[in-house]
Amino acid sequence: MTRFLVAMLKMTLSSLRDLAPIILVIAFFQIVVLRQPFPDLLSVLIGLLCVIAGLTLFIQGLESGLFPLGEALAQGFAQKGSAAILLAFGFCLGFGTTIAEPALIAVAAEAADVAAQAGAIADEDRARTTYALELRMVVAVSVGAAIVLGILRILKGWPIHRLIIGGYLLVTALTVFAPAEIVGIAYDSGGVTTSTITVPLVTALGVGLATSIRGRNPMVDGFGLIAFASLTPMVCVLAYGMVTS
Amino acid sequence: MTDFPRAFADALISTALDVAPIVVILLLFQIVILRKKPPNLRKIAAGSVLVLVGLALFLIGLENALFPVGKTMARQLTAPDYIGVDNLAAGVDWLDYLPVYAFAAAIGFATTIAEPSLVAVAIKARDASGGAVHAWGLRIAVAVGVAVGVALGCFRIVTGTPLPWYIIAAYFVVILLTFRSSKTIVPLAYDSGGVTTSTVTVPVVAALGLGLAASVPGRSPLIDGFGLIAFASVFPIMTVLGYSIAASWLSRRRKSKLPKEA
Repeated sequence: MTRFLVAMLKMTLSSLRDLAPIILVIAFFQIVVLRQPFPDLLSVLIGLLCVIAGLTLFIQGLESGLFPLGEALAQGFAQKGSAAILLAFGFCLGFGTTIAEPALIAVAAEAADVAAQAGAIADEDRARTTYALELRMVVAVSVGAAIVLGILRILKGWPIHRLIIGGYLLVTALTVFAPAEIVGIAYDSGGVTTSTITVPLVTALGVGLATSIRGRNPMVDGFGLIAFASLTPMVCVLAYGMVTS
Repeated sequence: MTDFPRAFADALISTALDVAPIVVILLLFQIVILRKKPPNLRKIAAGSVLVLVGLALFLIGLENALFPVGKTMARQLTAPDYIGVDNLAAGVDWLDYLPVYAFAAAIGFATTIAEPSLVAVAIKARDASGGAVHAWGLRIAVAVGVAVGVALGCFRIVTGTPLPWYIIAAYFVVILLTFRSSKTIVPLAYDSGGVTTSTVTVPVVAALGLGLAASVPGRSPLIDGFGLIAFASVFPIMTVLGYSIAASWLSRRRKSKLPKEA
């Protein structure tokens, strides 16, 4: 019991260290630069306690829950030996986690406003809702495709830099032709798709696969799934902007 | 904050809804296709509950403590009367916005250090590399990248220069660095770009971008407010590659010096 308590205390301290910069930055700008007292100090302090406790529990659960889960899946699929099933799983995972992503819902709604203002779609609620939904579908399908591509790369041992650099060149080329108002949203859509639960799970899956397949190195082949998941949405949203304009 | 139990329940429900699709997909494939129980099912289930509760607590704390202050701060720092621009119609000098760049860099660094998904990837990288990648070194390299990226992104909003120039130029630097880097670090570096823009960083940075685009004359929040996330996802790739090139250069130099001294 005492060992458990000591371990918990250690983890809490490390969470505190993770959060120290953000507390310092906000306190510094509030007190020194803006010269204002905190609006509601008590609720800020209670909130900070929640953040620290939450981060501690999350990291504890990561090592005992999400990581083993991702590894168990990778081993299960590697034993099963069917690439098609593994790829189907990858697509579902990418699509399923992205379509419900709150950050993406927010960005898609803002993107619909931009499109309506620019005159690409009619400035009415129905057109905007349809546009936002279509955009979310596009991004979710592209993330599903990204995980498929990433898993395929791990299976085949393709070098990652060729695929990513190819993606960059594609983004560059599409930027030239895509309508200017979609470019900012497209670039941002790459960043918002990777959520806090998806990242550990997908990373554990990739590293687990690279570990269970003979001839693959976990560092060289295991990482990179997230990189694809943040690149393909940019390509697809740019293409979507060209099609709808 | 007075209504804590209710707020916590709300956060827990919305987190549970967010992870529901993942759970459905995992169960489906586990039961229908793999048909084999993972070895330590109970531990995994307990760990997953911890993740869920932890994330809910984390989010509720952020929404009550950090986000309101951070967002108010972003608004106040970008407000014209704080910047001290007397004649807005005459246009602005980018130097007037120095406190904004400083805040952008500081908050970009700080939110990245607190980002749980980056902690996860750093732990995984440390374990997969057998300790060759230092978890803290990686996180600091990524955070420095976000800091530089967000500050530069704010400069772009103030000056109104086109976003693609910056991002495409950044891609070319990334491509150059890729060919100078060791093969083992490249996939991790590419991943770190997408990982950083998550729960903590996105809301604060997005508020900063929208606030800045709304207050700088001649910018529209809808058109110019976007793009900061893109900066925050490209620059960490550069700093992680740069960090690894610098680290291997230093260790090579140390090795080549040793025999001479002996």
